[in-house]
Amino acid sequence: MRFDSLLDTVGGTPLVGLPRLSPSPDVRLWAKLEDQNPTGSIKDRAALAMLVAAEKDGLLRPGCTILEPTSGNTGISLAMVAQLRGYRLVCVLPENTSIERKQLLAMWGAEVVSSPAAGGSNEAVRLAKALAEEHPDWVLLYQYGNPANAAAHFDGTGPEVLADLPSVTHFVAGLGTSGTLMGAGRFFREQAPQVRIVAAEPRYGELVYGLRNLDEGFVPELYDASLIDARFSVGPRDAVRRVRELLELEGIFAGISTGAILHAALAQAAKSVKARERADIVFVVCDGGWKYLSTGAYEGSIDAAERGLEGQLWA
Amino acid sequence: MAIDVRVPTILRTYTSGERAVTARGDSLSDLIEDLDENHPGIKARLLEGEDLRRFINVYVNDEDVRFTGGLQTSVSDGDAVVILPAVAGG
Repeated sequence: MRFDSLLDTVGGTPLVGLPRLSPSPDVRLWAKLEDQNPTGSIKDRAALAMLVAAEKDGLLRPGCTILEPTSGNTGISLAMVAQLRGYRLVCVLPENTSIERKQLLAMWGAEVVSSPAAGGSNEAVRLAKALAEEHPDWVLLYQYGNPANAAAHFDGTGPEVLADLPSVTHFVAGLGTSGTLMGAGRFFREQAPQVRIVAAEPRYGELVYGLRNLDEGFVPELYDASLIDARFSVGPRDAVRRVRELLELEGIFAGISTGAILHAALAQAAKSVKARERADIVFVVCDGGWKYLSTGAYEGSIDAAERGLEGQLWA
Repeated sequence: MAIDVRVPTILRTYTSGERAVTARGDSLSDLIEDLDENHPGIKARLLEGEDLRRFINVYVNDEDVRFTGGLQTSVSDGDAVVILPAVAGG
């Protein structure tokens, strides 16, 4: 395969069967390997789409500064695209993210503003919005509310899955900004409405939910519950257990949030087996495990790995 | 018969600081009524009118009740109920 530039390689990722994790020939699991994007995560799709849309709308001109609240992956993707297209990037990153994320952001030339660990990404969003007011010339792409984020999956992820596996019955992805689920969900609602859309949401330690009051809660502007059929909350223990199973049984080295998504996919597989119905369950491998090696998630006891993730934004 | 309910930090003022309490009921709605009898005021923080508040998520056995029948979601002995505020990801 030949491409004109790195950015042309975003998307078009492999869909691979998981013969050992699939419970039966009638209930099969398939992994969409988004770790095979240029920076190693699904966020390359959204980052490229948001940046291109902002250029088209005339918001971004050469030399502009882009601002984004991110727990890591979106920032890393934006840093790569911004560097290639000639923009400065400032990321607001919660303190409780893995060291690798900060290293990668620096590698691709992004500047990092830290937000407090307590409150997690909510605080990063709040701080980014405040910075945007102080610097009206900076461009806040704002992944949580930017339609181009979802459009990347409406135009790319969803159609790719349907083309590779027309018999798909379930699409399972992580819920963060909701971009993947909203875009692919809308695509399937329009093109293959029998496909059930399943969300897997990471459940963090208590520190992350440390709001001062409930009015500070956050639901992404992109989120539309009507595009989802089921939503599971998955804690670090199940996520670590599953991410290790994926590695041991199928050889796929994925990030911790993929373990949470696999957990929801396996729950669906068990339901399908029980109901004696055929199922082709596609789940998203959002990123590789490389960025999380320092968390200890892949070695030692599950108890120790779970303790290591306490208070961390592991997804 | 009792069902474990995990309460987020922000609502523990109603549970004397307890992070988990027990409650009874056949539906989530009944369960919240029962919670409120033992922990007066908590219901008003969870519900707005006849619905869950926008920034409150409730999970029964890890599944978001908004997709399983909302307040009519049935619950039974041994189920795990988790209450969490909605937070950002990404």
